[in-house]
Amino acid sequence: MDLYLPVANMSVNVFMMLALGGMVGVLSGMFGVGGGFLTTPLLIFFGIPPTVAVASAASQVTGASVSGMFAHWQRGGVDTRMGAVLIAGGVFGSLFGAVLFEWLQSLGQIDTVIALLYLILLGSIGAMMLRESLRTVLAVKRGTPLQARKRRHHPLVSMLPMRWRFYQSGLYMSPIAPFALGFLTGIMTMLLGVGGGFIMVPAMLYILGMGAQVVVGTSLFQILFTTITATMVHSLTTKAVDIVLALLLLIGGVIGAQVGARLAMRANPAKLRLGLAIVVLLVALRMAIGLAWRPDEIYTIQWL
Amino acid sequence: MGGANIRRFGLCLAVGLTLLLTSPGAGATNDPVLVPDVSSRTIDIKYSFTGVELLLFGAIIYPDGRAPNEQTDIVVVIKGPTRPIRLREKQRVAGVWVNADSVRFGSAPGYYAVASSRPISDMLDERTAAIYEIGLNSLSLSPAEFEDNAQLRRFANGLVDLKQRQSLYLESGGSVEITRGALYRARLMIPAQVPVGRYTAETFLISNGNIIAVASRDIDIRKTGIDRFLALAAENYGLFYGLAAVALSLGLGWLAGWMFRKF
Repeated sequence: MDLYLPVANMSVNVFMMLALGGMVGVLSGMFGVGGGFLTTPLLIFFGIPPTVAVASAASQVTGASVSGMFAHWQRGGVDTRMGAVLIAGGVFGSLFGAVLFEWLQSLGQIDTVIALLYLILLGSIGAMMLRESLRTVLAVKRGTPLQARKRRHHPLVSMLPMRWRFYQSGLYMSPIAPFALGFLTGIMTMLLGVGGGFIMVPAMLYILGMGAQVVVGTSLFQILFTTITATMVHSLTTKAVDIVLALLLLIGGVIGAQVGARLAMRANPAKLRLGLAIVVLLVALRMAIGLAWRPDEIYTIQWL
Repeated sequence: MGGANIRRFGLCLAVGLTLLLTSPGAGATNDPVLVPDVSSRTIDIKYSFTGVELLLFGAIIYPDGRAPNEQTDIVVVIKGPTRPIRLREKQRVAGVWVNADSVRFGSAPGYYAVASSRPISDMLDERTAAIYEIGLNSLSLSPAEFEDNAQLRRFANGLVDLKQRQSLYLESGGSVEITRGALYRARLMIPAQVPVGRYTAETFLISNGNIIAVASRDIDIRKTGIDRFLALAAENYGLFYGLAAVALSLGLGWLAGWMFRKF
């Protein structure tokens, strides 16, 4: 069954899009990430114009993170103060990202920048996760669990002025660091259609030194608001949000996310991280091939 | 759909022919006259739209009522609204394929389809084809900001090739059927990804390398219903459209969470 997308100006197979949303949803529920980093490249792969793909994928991430966020909220796993600082950074980041998006579009380099950013981000984070999770899995196998890493923020962060107390995270630190982190994620949400959880979570743990019990909840809280901002900014600037496409992705995505969350409860966390690392590296590899191989389409059209 | 089209085709032809053959004014000049029609003059794009097949048909009326002895050919051209575009070309720079070169085309048709009874190069010389914009090699694209003719030709071919693979440009020689030198018909596909706007369907009658009759019809392609509403909302009411998208994602996310807690 085909359905016409009014903003993308093309028709897509309904079941294909539902399946895509569902598959990404399962992964996102399982690994606690939004899944935008999978949706956007897959949509582009199915022939959706890149701008529409980026703009519409953000709403799927909103939908996937909302119920997860409420679950963490109820058990006190959201540091709202830290979240607010991250969101403030995220809002400015998305506005800056919008300017950047338009500038890159006028240069004709938006596609290349999207692909390169994906490659760099996913490649490095995937490699880091792979290393860390393999070590844990192997250590458990050998029966010598690794020493828990001492929780503290990065030395550079403690040099920043103006310290605030973040009670729920158990931190006394400058808000400039989370603001900058939020700003960077905001730019990425705008350019790549990702929530940024796969960057936010490791950054919160290893750079900000937040307690593990509030990391996922606060990251979801921040993702929720940043993707909402990105959807609004896209609706007002690029006008590329296809609400029909978003609806299809959301239906698959929100159901998949719940299924994934149930699956995750029965799985070993280190193995889950290993699985996510492999998925992330595969997407990065696909991007690398796309950049290095001769593309199918040498020519692209930009409307003036 | 096909059956209805054909019935309509027959009916229109019968009416058209009776009118023309019985009116004495039709043969005032010595030139033949084309009476064209299309199976639908408006194409509505709605949620279930996956493209449509257009039937273009009509009659060739000769002043003396008899087809001449020399071979005559029919060319049918459907052209969509033109828009200025910039065509970018990827090149390999430092091992990575990036957009490097570009040319601006002032008037690239969003859709262009041509059907003819014989290959175009067999019936028209290049000059005539260019004047009437007949054939994919004869599009007037109003290029600007290009370096030389070789580059321009490369880009024009690139554009045609890209659009052909998207089914937005097509050329098919030999696909117009002419019956007894008087009736013609051709089928052309309009794919789902066509741009909306006013299209023209032109019919050319060709004999001895000359165009001896031209007739044209307009076709409106437009979004209707919910799709028209959504496209307009996205374009003109970005704020409300964005809020609706956000509400939709929050609502569905919350709903799924609530449902799964219940079961």
